[in-house]
Amino acid sequence: MTRFRAALRHPQFRAGVTEMSGVGLGIAAWGLVTGVAMVKGGLSVPLALLMSLTVFAGSAQLAALPLMVVGAPVWVIWATAVCVNLRFIIFSAQWRPFFMRFPLRQRLALGYFSADLTYVLFMKRYHEPRDDEGQIEFFLGATTANWLSWQLPSVAGIMLANVIPTEWGLGFAGVLALLGLSCSLLSDRATALAALVAGAAAVAAFALPFRLHIVVAIAAAVCVGLMIDGGGDAGRRLRDALLGELSRRRAGTVARREGAAA
Amino acid sequence: MTGWDAFITVAGLAVITVFTRAFFLLSERELVLPDWVKRGLRYAPLAALAAVLVPEIVMTRSQLITTWQDARLFAAVAAIAYFFWRRGMLGTILTGMLVLVPLKLGLGW
Repeated sequence: MTRFRAALRHPQFRAGVTEMSGVGLGIAAWGLVTGVAMVKGGLSVPLALLMSLTVFAGSAQLAALPLMVVGAPVWVIWATAVCVNLRFIIFSAQWRPFFMRFPLRQRLALGYFSADLTYVLFMKRYHEPRDDEGQIEFFLGATTANWLSWQLPSVAGIMLANVIPTEWGLGFAGVLALLGLSCSLLSDRATALAALVAGAAAVAAFALPFRLHIVVAIAAAVCVGLMIDGGGDAGRRLRDALLGELSRRRAGTVARREGAAA
Repeated sequence: MTGWDAFITVAGLAVITVFTRAFFLLSERELVLPDWVKRGLRYAPLAALAAVLVPEIVMTRSQLITTWQDARLFAAVAAIAYFFWRRGMLGTILTGMLVLVPLKLGLGW
């Protein structure tokens, strides 16, 4: 707690808050709509509050909500949430170099608060871990702003679910925030093409259960990115990396068989 | 779903949030990612964003829309145009909403 207070005064903390505030309006609109959706979907107010304050993952909440309402088996709900959150497992591999110097309990806390937008803004700003840049302070600032601009409107939406009209497209503000963020990540033609592929793959694979289309889209974009990076040769190298072990083993069997024949 | 069932379900969802977001932070053992994985992951953030937002713009009830008379298309184009003109996030969101709301309420798109 004392360290958090010290971090509050760090200039990078403020930088994190400022960066996140840029998309704050979109997060807020999305949080509000999610809050309203939870109550209108049939959750009780206390349960919706508990869900918002503990689960803290908008996309997983929205995916779990209809399943809870129809009384689906618990394992189906949890499996869906895991699939919706699979992207966070990918993200956590990239958090690792930045967070491993902290003890396990703090790493769990850092992980818990590292939502999508924090990840995107942080990785845009920092490419490798360094001690002198106030990276963790930036993370805490962005996270605090993200948490507040999600939770406050979400709680408001839960409390005022029956008086807030959402038919006029309020929720689209969240999509627009993601759109602005995506545009800011377009650094070159390779990333632009990868994003187009991801978008198209997500639409094409949308019918998959458990919202797995997001995982399909990430995989497709990463493959395309690697092929562009590799200058034409990447397809073969990717295949070698994936199947190298297999082909080596097969070659070994053939050699042994030939040896036996001789 | 009510009572304890609902409580346990929500508690499980919270555990899933921690588990997935901290997945590769759990182990102390060194994690060596192959070089091509590291390079490939460079594309993951934008891909995840695109995967979430493109269906939100071009699909209705799990179907690709077949009309251009959809307020979301115009709002998205206006927002992108504003972004590359001024680079401000707040303006991007507001521009998109300023295009979306009249089309939706006025023309029913």
